[in-house]
Amino acid sequence: MILWVNIQIALAHLTHRKRQTIVSVLGVALGVGFFIATSAMMQGSEQDLVSKLVDSQPHVTIKDEFRTPSIQPLFRVFTEGAVALKGEKPRERLRGIKNFKARVAEIEIATGYVASPVLSGQAIIRYGGKDQSISVLGVDPQKEMQLTTIEDDMTQGSLEALETTSDGLVIGTGLSTRLQLQLGDLASVVAPTGRVMRMKVVGIFRAGNALLDEGRVYMLLKDVQVLMGKPNIADQIRVRVPDPNDALHVAADLEERWGYRSESWQEANEDFLSLLFMRNVILYTIVGAIMVVASFGIFNIISTVVMEKRRDIAILMSIGFRAYDIRQIFLLQGVVLGLIGMFFGWATGFLLVEALGSVKFELEGFYEEEGLPLDRGFYQYLIGAGFAVTASVIAAWIPAYRASQVRPVEIIRGAA
Amino acid sequence: MNTAPRTVLATENVTRILQETVPVTLVQDINFSADAAEFVSITGPSGSGKSSLLYLLGLLDGPTAGRVIVDGQDTGVLDADALARFRLEHLGFVFQFHFLLPEFSILENVMIPMKRLGQFKETDIKSRAMQLLANLKIDDQHSKMPDQLSGGQRQRVAIARALGNEPTIILADEPTGNLDTKNSDIVKDIFVRLAKEQGTTIIAVTHDLDFAQAADRNVHLVDGCIARDGR
Repeated sequence: MILWVNIQIALAHLTHRKRQTIVSVLGVALGVGFFIATSAMMQGSEQDLVSKLVDSQPHVTIKDEFRTPSIQPLFRVFTEGAVALKGEKPRERLRGIKNFKARVAEIEIATGYVASPVLSGQAIIRYGGKDQSISVLGVDPQKEMQLTTIEDDMTQGSLEALETTSDGLVIGTGLSTRLQLQLGDLASVVAPTGRVMRMKVVGIFRAGNALLDEGRVYMLLKDVQVLMGKPNIADQIRVRVPDPNDALHVAADLEERWGYRSESWQEANEDFLSLLFMRNVILYTIVGAIMVVASFGIFNIISTVVMEKRRDIAILMSIGFRAYDIRQIFLLQGVVLGLIGMFFGWATGFLLVEALGSVKFELEGFYEEEGLPLDRGFYQYLIGAGFAVTASVIAAWIPAYRASQVRPVEIIRGAA
Repeated sequence: MNTAPRTVLATENVTRILQETVPVTLVQDINFSADAAEFVSITGPSGSGKSSLLYLLGLLDGPTAGRVIVDGQDTGVLDADALARFRLEHLGFVFQFHFLLPEFSILENVMIPMKRLGQFKETDIKSRAMQLLANLKIDDQHSKMPDQLSGGQRQRVAIARALGNEPTIILADEPTGNLDTKNSDIVKDIFVRLAKEQGTTIIAVTHDLDFAQAADRNVHLVDGCIARDGR
């Protein structure tokens, strides 16, 4: 229970040392404000990066490989025998997902997700006497457009043009500048099998990723099948899930069902996501440090008040205030400082975020748009408030406890 | 009306020893009692244990041995919080220094113990505080801050504050120690009147012989023991 008179005394102590009160409030306010601003930037850029990642990639990719190699027939027969197998040679056979059309249909009918068969491969593109190695992706353009944001990245032509032009090719801007290859130009694509196809550039995209812009080439699935000499074969099924967070268990389900290695976007970008996690750890460490510094301010003012108010504490105790009341009076001061700091911190944070939001600049590379990506989420305000109030209470607790241990007789005797 | 004197405060063989590196005996084997409406002065040379006895009677300090009985209650069985509550309801303190809270006005200072007790409404507390200040003839100063008052005025405010919760007993430690003769007389008269008119028991430690003689009874301490107890 908090007594009104205790609140009055606590407030009187604070309002009678305005300068120190303001300084400690400022400490908390700046801590909270900077937390909100940095957190808005960190979370904003994180969400921006993740959404770019999620949109530019299939959420689940089923590959024509297995997580664990299959068991050799010999070992199946002699399960417990002391058998050693040496010099085995894998049979050369066409790899690929068996019966991919039926599987794609099955995914689409059963779940309603978009699924697209893809055949990928390595090739060399030759134009004007220059060779460049490329990774070829044979796709169904309609489905690829639903699967990724490739259509938004097109700077010239379109992905759909693959369907209307025979032997069409979509390349990235990097490749286009390297080879001086323009829309409508014909280039030779050479497959590892030796087959050469003359193909026409029908679209140019810019993904904002040098690796893709210089090395990725889209073709029709059947063109790649012809080029690679793999008729009726796909080596990947790419799936888009309505909620990207479901990708993990969708991938696990698919892998369990068919045995093919199925990668979710989270698995494919594990390094990147753990980097983001590290960023958050750093953010909260810094904020924690700021709040520790701010709480020293609170500790300082309340300790000073307790030292100076020992006589008042003694007289309050002789009147009949309990140790509990005294502790409450000084804890309340910490809470009040924390709360006021929190409100000013919210205001500071809000203004900082708005100021950052109004900054416009051009960033080369991953960020295409002007300005910083900012997250204006409310929970950052809550976390900031939590930090502020917790730090204030802890900082006030020590001097408040000391105050409640004052022995009135010693003070009164000493003063007499 | 029952006019027979009622004992409101008593000690039984109270001893207080301070456990320092060398134990110091503050008071020893004190048997003391005070009746309702009695004005008792406690005198004695410096270090004779006057103040120590007063703190024991005021439940600010606990005895090493013996019992302190206030208003029929053996206070030895009460814990710290219960003692605080007991002080709030039954006891009022006046010290040599006024100990007013510097952040609060005169009126607010008088109101604080009543607010802590929480038995009256805010408006009643205020009118009661004004009444107490009026009784001590300082109601015209009620909106001032403590540092704007003279020493005598402050001591009267401290007395008004001590009276807020209608205590059975007022304990005063050198209440006139810091005052000139004129103000000492005023405080003395207030105490005499309180005992006579309100039936409040007054126990005052003093050096001031004039003040001591105004009391109904004088207890003289020497070396922590009662040397003389009489009228």
